[in-house]
Amino acid sequence: MTELPARTERKLGLVIDLDTCVGCHACVVACKGWNTQAYGAPLSDQDPYGADPSGTFLNRVHSYEITPADGAPQLVHFPKSCLHCEEAPCVTVCPTGASYKRSEDGIVLVNEDACIGCGLCAWACPYGAREMDQAEGVMKKCTLCVDRIYNENLAPEDREPACVRTCPAGARHFGDLGDPESDVSKLVAERGGIDLMPEQGTKPVNKYLPPRPRDRLEAAPPAALEPVADAPGGFLGWLDRALDRLPGGQD
Amino acid sequence: MTHRQPPLDLSPPVSDEVRKTTCYMCACRCGIDVHMKEGRVAYIEGNRDHPVNRGVLCAKGSAGIMQHNAPSRLRAPLRRVGPRGSGEFEEITWEEALETAAGWMKPLRETAPEKLAFFTGRDQSQSLTSFWAQQFGTPNYAAHGGFCSVNMAAAGIYTMGGAFWEFGQPDWAHTKLFMIFGVAEDHDSNPIKMGIGEIKARGARVIGVNPIRTGYNAVADDWVGITPGTDGLFILALVHELLRAGRIDLDYLARWTNAPVLVNGDAASPEHGLFLRDDEGRPLVIDRRTGKPAAFDAPGVRPDLAGTWRKAGVTHRTVMHLIAERYLDPAHAPEAVAGRCGVPAERIRAIAAELARVAFEESFEVAQEWTDFRGETHETVTARPVSFHAMRGISAHSNGFQTARALHLLQILLGTVERPGGFRFKPPYPKPPEAHPRPHARCAPEAPLAGPHLGFPLGPEDLCLDEAGDPARIDKAFTWENPLSAHGMMHMVISNAHAGDPYRIDTLFLYMANMAWNSSMNTRGVVEMLTDTDEAGDYVIPRIIYSDAYASEMVAYADLVLPDTTYLERHDCISLLDRPISEADAAADAIRWPVVTPDRDVCGFQSVLLDLGARLGLPGFVTDDGAPKYADYADYIVNHERRPGVGPLAGWRTGKHGPSHGRGAPNAAQLENYIANGGFFLAEVPEGARYMKPWNRAYQDWAVSMGFYDAPQPYLFQLYAEPLRRFQLAAEGHGERQPPEHLRERIKATLDPLPAWYPPFSDGHADPEEYPVHALTQRPMAMYHSWGSQNAWLRQIHGVNPLYMHPDLMRRHGLEEGDWARLASPHGEITVPVAAMAALNPNTVWTWNAIGKRKGAWALDREAPEATRGFLLNHLIHELLPERGDGLRWSNSDPVTGQAAWFDLRVRIEKSKPPEEALPVFDALASPVPAPPAELKWKI
Repeated sequence: MTELPARTERKLGLVIDLDTCVGCHACVVACKGWNTQAYGAPLSDQDPYGADPSGTFLNRVHSYEITPADGAPQLVHFPKSCLHCEEAPCVTVCPTGASYKRSEDGIVLVNEDACIGCGLCAWACPYGAREMDQAEGVMKKCTLCVDRIYNENLAPEDREPACVRTCPAGARHFGDLGDPESDVSKLVAERGGIDLMPEQGTKPVNKYLPPRPRDRLEAAPPAALEPVADAPGGFLGWLDRALDRLPGGQD
Repeated sequence: MTHRQPPLDLSPPVSDEVRKTTCYMCACRCGIDVHMKEGRVAYIEGNRDHPVNRGVLCAKGSAGIMQHNAPSRLRAPLRRVGPRGSGEFEEITWEEALETAAGWMKPLRETAPEKLAFFTGRDQSQSLTSFWAQQFGTPNYAAHGGFCSVNMAAAGIYTMGGAFWEFGQPDWAHTKLFMIFGVAEDHDSNPIKMGIGEIKARGARVIGVNPIRTGYNAVADDWVGITPGTDGLFILALVHELLRAGRIDLDYLARWTNAPVLVNGDAASPEHGLFLRDDEGRPLVIDRRTGKPAAFDAPGVRPDLAGTWRKAGVTHRTVMHLIAERYLDPAHAPEAVAGRCGVPAERIRAIAAELARVAFEESFEVAQEWTDFRGETHETVTARPVSFHAMRGISAHSNGFQTARALHLLQILLGTVERPGGFRFKPPYPKPPEAHPRPHARCAPEAPLAGPHLGFPLGPEDLCLDEAGDPARIDKAFTWENPLSAHGMMHMVISNAHAGDPYRIDTLFLYMANMAWNSSMNTRGVVEMLTDTDEAGDYVIPRIIYSDAYASEMVAYADLVLPDTTYLERHDCISLLDRPISEADAAADAIRWPVVTPDRDVCGFQSVLLDLGARLGLPGFVTDDGAPKYADYADYIVNHERRPGVGPLAGWRTGKHGPSHGRGAPNAAQLENYIANGGFFLAEVPEGARYMKPWNRAYQDWAVSMGFYDAPQPYLFQLYAEPLRRFQLAAEGHGERQPPEHLRERIKATLDPLPAWYPPFSDGHADPEEYPVHALTQRPMAMYHSWGSQNAWLRQIHGVNPLYMHPDLMRRHGLEEGDWARLASPHGEITVPVAAMAALNPNTVWTWNAIGKRKGAWALDREAPEATRGFLLNHLIHELLPERGDGLRWSNSDPVTGQAAWFDLRVRIEKSKPPEEALPVFDALASPVPAPPAELKWKI
C-alpha cells in the first residue's frame, strides 16, 4: 500500500501534560475553528441544532475516573489527537497514497485530493484519531497545524499549533521530539513522559506526561502544629510574650 | 506505493484583517483577535497582549463564531400577539417598539416611578444601566449578583475592601501553596487555569476544596471532598489550629488589621461591641510604647494586640482577645467538626500545618521600599506565599457570607493579603465599604434618585425602608431580612411583584436574564406568576419588556422584545466604574466595537436605553433644549462624565497638556485610540506601590491620580466587622430603627461581627432524615449559563447532563448506569438519568448547570437532547423555604446579603421507571426565529 519515509529529518509533535490538563476543551474548539478555515475541507457538523448533533473534530478530550487502591478517586482529562507515529499504520494501509508522512518533519497528513474516503486508515489507527468528514467524504486528522507552524503570514510566536497556542493551563507543548536537546524532549525526560499504547508498535511521536501523585499530604505530613497554650488565658500570655519579641517590642 | 509528498502551501493567507475586541462568551472578558475574511468573521483566537488572557482562549471563546452566527438570534423587535408564554409575536419597527416602551414608562415616571422594575442579568454595562434607572427615579434596579455571588463580594468588601476574581488575584508569580474553595470550573476562567498551570509547572502545591473533583479540583494535588455548606466550619477549624499553635502573623495583625482595636465591653452601653473611638471618631488601640489608648493611625503608634483598657469599672478588650476566645473554643477543634464536614481531623490538622509551614517557613523578602500611612518607611515586603481563591461553591449557601468572611479571617491571620505570594488586589480595589456609596431608594415623581441604588450599608440607618418601616424596593433588598444585600435580589423580583408584596408594579423591564427558565428558582412557579391574571383577566404583572440577543425561554413571556446584537456587532466598555478587568500590577479597561455590522434589524441594548432615556427626557440623557444628548452608546462611552474628568474609559483622555490617562476631558478619538491599542488600556501600578496597597502611600496617591477616589483613604482590615454589630445592637433593642420581632433572634445569631458558622437554613426546614442527600450544579468549563447549548460546537461537548452519583449511593438505591432516578425536595420532583462518579462526596449528587432547555427555545430542535433528557435542578428549589408551622415563610437566601441559597438543596432519591423524557415536561414554545440549518460547513 503506501510507504513511510525511510527516516524523517525532525519529529515534530505534542507533549501533553496530564498533570495540569483541567479538561476545559479549549484545545478542542480552537482546533475546530482553525481547521474549519484552513487545511482542506471544512470540519462539518451534521444535525448541529438537532436531536443527534455530530461533527468532525481532530482533537477530543476524554475523561477517565481512576480509583487508586490507597487514595481518593481521581479524574484524569485525556486530550487525544493524531500522535504522528513513526510507524504509522494509517499510512501503510492507505490504498491511494493519500495518507502520507512528511519526510521533513514527520507530520502525518491526508492529501484530500487523493483520498477516496474508504476509511481503512481510521480502521488501522489504534488510537481512533481519524474522523471521516460526513459532508465531504474525506478523511480528516490532526495536521499539527502544518499551515500555521511554517506560515510566514503569522508572527513567529504564533507559528505553533492552534491547540498549543490556546491552552490556558499550559498543558500542551510543541516541538521536535527527535532532538534530545529540545525543550519538549527535556520535559519528557524530566517528567517521565510516556508513549500511548507502546505495545501497538506504532512508535508515537506525541508524548504524555503522567499526573503527579495525588493526595500525599497526610502520607508525608508537615510537622504537627504544637500548642503554645491550651487555654485562652494561656494563649494571651503567650501573645504578650510574643509581642515583646517583635521588632519594636520590649526586648 | 513508494513514499511521495504532494506540493503543499505552508504559508497560506490567514485572513484579510485582524480586529481586536473583547470576548463575551462568559464574564471573563478576555481580549480576542477576530480574523476577518471577505468582511465576515472567520476565526477567533486570544489576544497575546491582553492582560486577562495573554493570548490563550477557552473553548467558549474559540466557539464565539458559532454564537455570533447562532440561528437563535432574534431578527427584529417583536410585539406579543398570542397569550403570554405562547411565543406568538409579530415583528414591528424600532420606532413602534421604542414609542411603545416610552409610552408605558412615561406615565409611571410622572406618577409612581417605583412601578417600573428594571433588572439586568449578565449585564456588562451596569455603570450605564444603573445610571439610567437612577435618572428614571425608580428604586427598583439591580443586576444578577443577588442570585450569583454577592456573599463573596460583600464579605470581601466588608472584611478587607475587596474579594476574589475582579477584586484581586493570587500572586501567581510567588505563591507556593494555592488553596481553592468551591470554584465550579469558571470565574475567573482563563486566569485561574493559567495560574494553576504556572504554579504547577514549578511544583507548587494546589489544594482543592469541593464536594466534586472535576476541573481545577481534578488537577489539585490534594482534594478535600467536603460536605456542602460546611466550608465555614472547616475553615474555622484551620483557624483554631493556627491560633492554638500561635502560627499567626502578629506584626501584620497589629499594624494592618483591627485586631488591636479596643471593643466596648460595657454590656449596659448602647455602644456595647462597637469600637472605642477618640473625639474625631478614630478607633483606639493601646499604644505598646505608652500603655495608653491612641488613635490607630497616630504616627509611630505600636498597636498592642494584647491590650486592655479599664475605665469606669469596665474592661475593654481588643478584637484579638475576642478572636482568641471565640476560635480557641473546643467547639472549633478539628475533632469537633470532622464528622459534619466529612473531612478527617488528621487531614484538617495536616492542612493547617502545611499552611503555617509555607506561610512562615518558606517566607522571603521582596525588595520594595515603601512608606506606610503612619509615615514609617520599609525597605522590603515580606512574602507569605500562601494564596486562596473561592467562588460560588462556598457563597451560594444561607451561611455563605459568614463562610466567605471566615476565609478572609484565615488569610489575614496568616498575613498573606497584599503580600508577595498571597492575595493581591486589582485596582481600583481595595476599597472598604466606607469608600463605596450607601444604597438609595427614596423616590418621587419626575425626579432622579439622590444616588446609586446599590451600596454598602454601615448600619440600620442605611436600610431602604419607607416611613412605615416597610421595604422600599420590590426585591426587599436592604431590609431587616437581608440588610447588606449589596447586589439587590433579582431572584425575588417576580415573586414579590406577583404577590404585590411590598407593592404592585406596572412594568417589568429585564435585560439578558433568563428568568423564565434557568435563572429562577421554582421555574414552574415563576412561569405561572408571569402568566397569572387577576379577576378582570389582566396580567398580574401588567407589562413585561425584555431585551436579549437570542430566542431564550424568557422571550416567550415578554409583551415587547427589544432584540440585542451579538457581542461582535456592538460597542461596549469594560469600565473601571463597573466590573473591572485589572491585574494586580495594572489598572485596565477595554472596549467592544462592531467588528461586523448586524445583518438583522437589531440594536445594541445600551443604545436603545440611551434612546429611551432621551424619549423620556431623563436628566443626563437630554441636552438643555431637550434633544438627545448621545447619538448612541459609542458617543456615551466617549463623552459621558460621571464626575468632572472621570468617564467610562480611563485611557486616552484629554489633559491640559495633551493626552492623559485616568482623569481628563473627553477625547473624540478615544475609541480609535483603544482600537489601535488592541481594544484595551493598561496603566501599570508604579513600582513602589505594588504591595500593601491599603496602607501604602505611593499606591494611595496613585489611586487618587487615576481617579479611583478623590483623597487617600488608608484603612484597617476588619476582622471584626462593626457594621454587622450595629444590626445586632438594633436587634438587642438599641436605637430608633428596630427590626420586626420575628427577626430579632436571627439577626443576633447571623449578623455576628466575627466570622461564624451556622447550619444552612434549609436543614432546619427540610428534614435531613427525609432529604438526606445534597444536590449541586456546576457550570461546565465549555459553557456559560444558558448560552452554551445553542452553540453548535459546544453542545457537542456538553449536550447532556446526567445526575452524577457516587457508586455507593447508587448501590443503596439499586441504581445502575443509565437508570433513571426520581429526586424529590420539599418543593418538587424531577425524574432524570443517572451516571456514576466516584470522585465525589459520597452524600452529594450533581449535574451540569443550565444544559436543560425548554422545547422550542434557542432555535433547537424539539427533540434535542437538551430538551428531552436535559434537566434543571431549579424545579426543586423554591425562593422561600418550606413552612414549618411558625406562620412565616422564610426566604431561601443568606440572612445577611440575600444571596440565593442554591446550594443548600437537599433531596431524596429513588429509582424510577425510565420515562419517555426527563420530568417535568413543559409545553413547547413557538419559536420566534426560523428553523436552523441541517448541516454546517463553515468555510469563508
